[in-house]
Amino acid sequence: MMHLRRSTRWPGPVRGVLAYSLVLAATLLAAIPFGHAQRAPAVAITNVSYDPTRELYKAINEAFAKEWLARTGQTVTIRTSHGGSGRQARTVIDGLQADVVTLALAADIDAIAQRAKLLPADWQARLPNNSSPYTSTIVFLVRKGNPKGIRDWDDLARPGVAVITPNPKTSGGARWNYLAAWAFELDRTKDPAKAKAFVEAIYRNVPVLDTGARGSTTTFVQRGIGDVFISWENEAHLALAEFGADRIDIVYPSLSILAEPPVALVDAVVDRRGTRKLAEAYLDFLYAPTAQRIVAANFYRPFRPEAADPADLARFPRLKLVTIDAVFGGWAKAQGEHFAEGGVFDRIYRPGGSFAR
Amino acid sequence: MSLATHATTFRFRQPSALPGFGLTFGFAVTYLSLIVLIPLGVLVARASGLGLEGLWQTATSPRVLAALKLSFGVSFAAAAVNAVAGLVVAWVLTRYAFPGRRLLDAIVDLPFALPTAVAGIALTAIYAPNGWIGGLLAPLGVKVAYTPLGIFVALVFISLPFVVRTVQPVLADLDREIEEASATLGASRAQTVLRVILPSLLPAVLTGFALAFGRAVGEYGSVIFIAGNMPFVSEIAPLLIVIQLEEFNYAGATAIATIMLAIAFVSLLAINLIQAWSRRRFGHV
Repeated sequence: MMHLRRSTRWPGPVRGVLAYSLVLAATLLAAIPFGHAQRAPAVAITNVSYDPTRELYKAINEAFAKEWLARTGQTVTIRTSHGGSGRQARTVIDGLQADVVTLALAADIDAIAQRAKLLPADWQARLPNNSSPYTSTIVFLVRKGNPKGIRDWDDLARPGVAVITPNPKTSGGARWNYLAAWAFELDRTKDPAKAKAFVEAIYRNVPVLDTGARGSTTTFVQRGIGDVFISWENEAHLALAEFGADRIDIVYPSLSILAEPPVALVDAVVDRRGTRKLAEAYLDFLYAPTAQRIVAANFYRPFRPEAADPADLARFPRLKLVTIDAVFGGWAKAQGEHFAEGGVFDRIYRPGGSFAR
Repeated sequence: MSLATHATTFRFRQPSALPGFGLTFGFAVTYLSLIVLIPLGVLVARASGLGLEGLWQTATSPRVLAALKLSFGVSFAAAAVNAVAGLVVAWVLTRYAFPGRRLLDAIVDLPFALPTAVAGIALTAIYAPNGWIGGLLAPLGVKVAYTPLGIFVALVFISLPFVVRTVQPVLADLDREIEEASATLGASRAQTVLRVILPSLLPAVLTGFALAFGRAVGEYGSVIFIAGNMPFVSEIAPLLIVIQLEEFNYAGATAIATIMLAIAFVSLLAINLIQAWSRRRFGHV
């Protein structure tokens, strides 16, 4: 207060200097990069992951930290961030210092490789099983007792069945849903035109397009919208455990898609931060028996089932699983054809809320 | 206006007896540049990668057009409803003394403070067909959640405080003697309200309307939960921007953003002009 009152008598030059320094201070303040305040100890790495893996990586990170401490005597912290797969990839492209990325689909890691050149284009060949330590698939959640009698994908295209699925433009999981439906009809009719009409018929039955998988789960379970919810297998089991088997049932279709959520080392980041060895050990650990056991316990299908608890494995029924490489020629092609601006999905919707016929 | 008159003399007139003009003016310009102008400049610069033709193509594509119509149309409706309802709320809060007035007064600010995603989830829970209000409306065939009506409800919710808080202080300052004078000069109650009170409140209501409208146009968090997000029906323009970003299409995203910015700027300018006119026309507030 004193300063303010005295300021009324400051002579001109002093005022000028003051004004200048104030402006300078404001500029400097703006130049401080917020959000990157990393006081990085040598043994911390960041794992940028997608939405439904919170529970999984929480358990895996604990196990890895314990093992690393026993092996090297070093304490390690793993920071894991979660969010929609595409958005997470974008934060890495925009400069988030991720040592490893564990995303919902290869296309998102491809985007990091292509746009930011943070890892080589052939990243997916570096680790076993297309760099996927676990796989999952797409199943249905229905109301208790399955009142609409939903058994397979063609029941979703029936008039009068309301289907809940997120928007494939904003949700990685929803892209797997879409492709699984397409693969089912293609397998049955061998006709891409019929597959397109089939998928359109299903989206005609979708009353709400949420932006992410968790949002759709809420819409289906809490808001009571829809007769069937197309879901990740692990999310379906999680929802069953969370909201009770007295309200919903899981239905396995005759055919679904083998979803391979891949993991990758971000070379440019680990080399700059000197964390390559640790990050590599972390990714290798995902394939080790301890982690594979955790994977199965969290409703993901482990790459090495022999390491998992047989009781956990018994929860995964066998069904025909097709791969994106065999049916769609890989993610890059599927992405461009179906989900890019003006792609097949965009053409399903027409002005005025009507649908393409 | 004042800036233009200064510019003709090419030097800044000391506008008040208080010292510190250079200091505060420098600060204001720097601050506005850092906080508003530079980020918006970058936005426009990024969008300009598409060129004017690309921008026009984006703006006139049917889906973007539908989303823009929805966003600006529903925002206008929500702001208009709040201009009336907010005025009534402000009137009640300033003119009447009743138990719980302070509490009610504080409640008005809640939509400011609540994270918008929380507001969206809460509104959806209430207005969904199995919610309290949605359940009552469903038998009548009225659907609120997952329709444009749901968007309207969310926007009314988040923009209410803007009108109330701009009108309230003006209303409190309004001299009661003017009303009494109007009555003694033989005006009926309706005449007093329509010809004396409302005109002096109009500039404040318009400001509140403009703030509410601007806030509603940019709203994403709460709308996304209640809208249903069906293309061409309940898909708002900010969602289209997010969709473009998910496809790593930065130019496309900034193009839609620039178009929104331009429309918003023109509408706000228009409102400001009307306000300036009404201030000249109706008086002093």
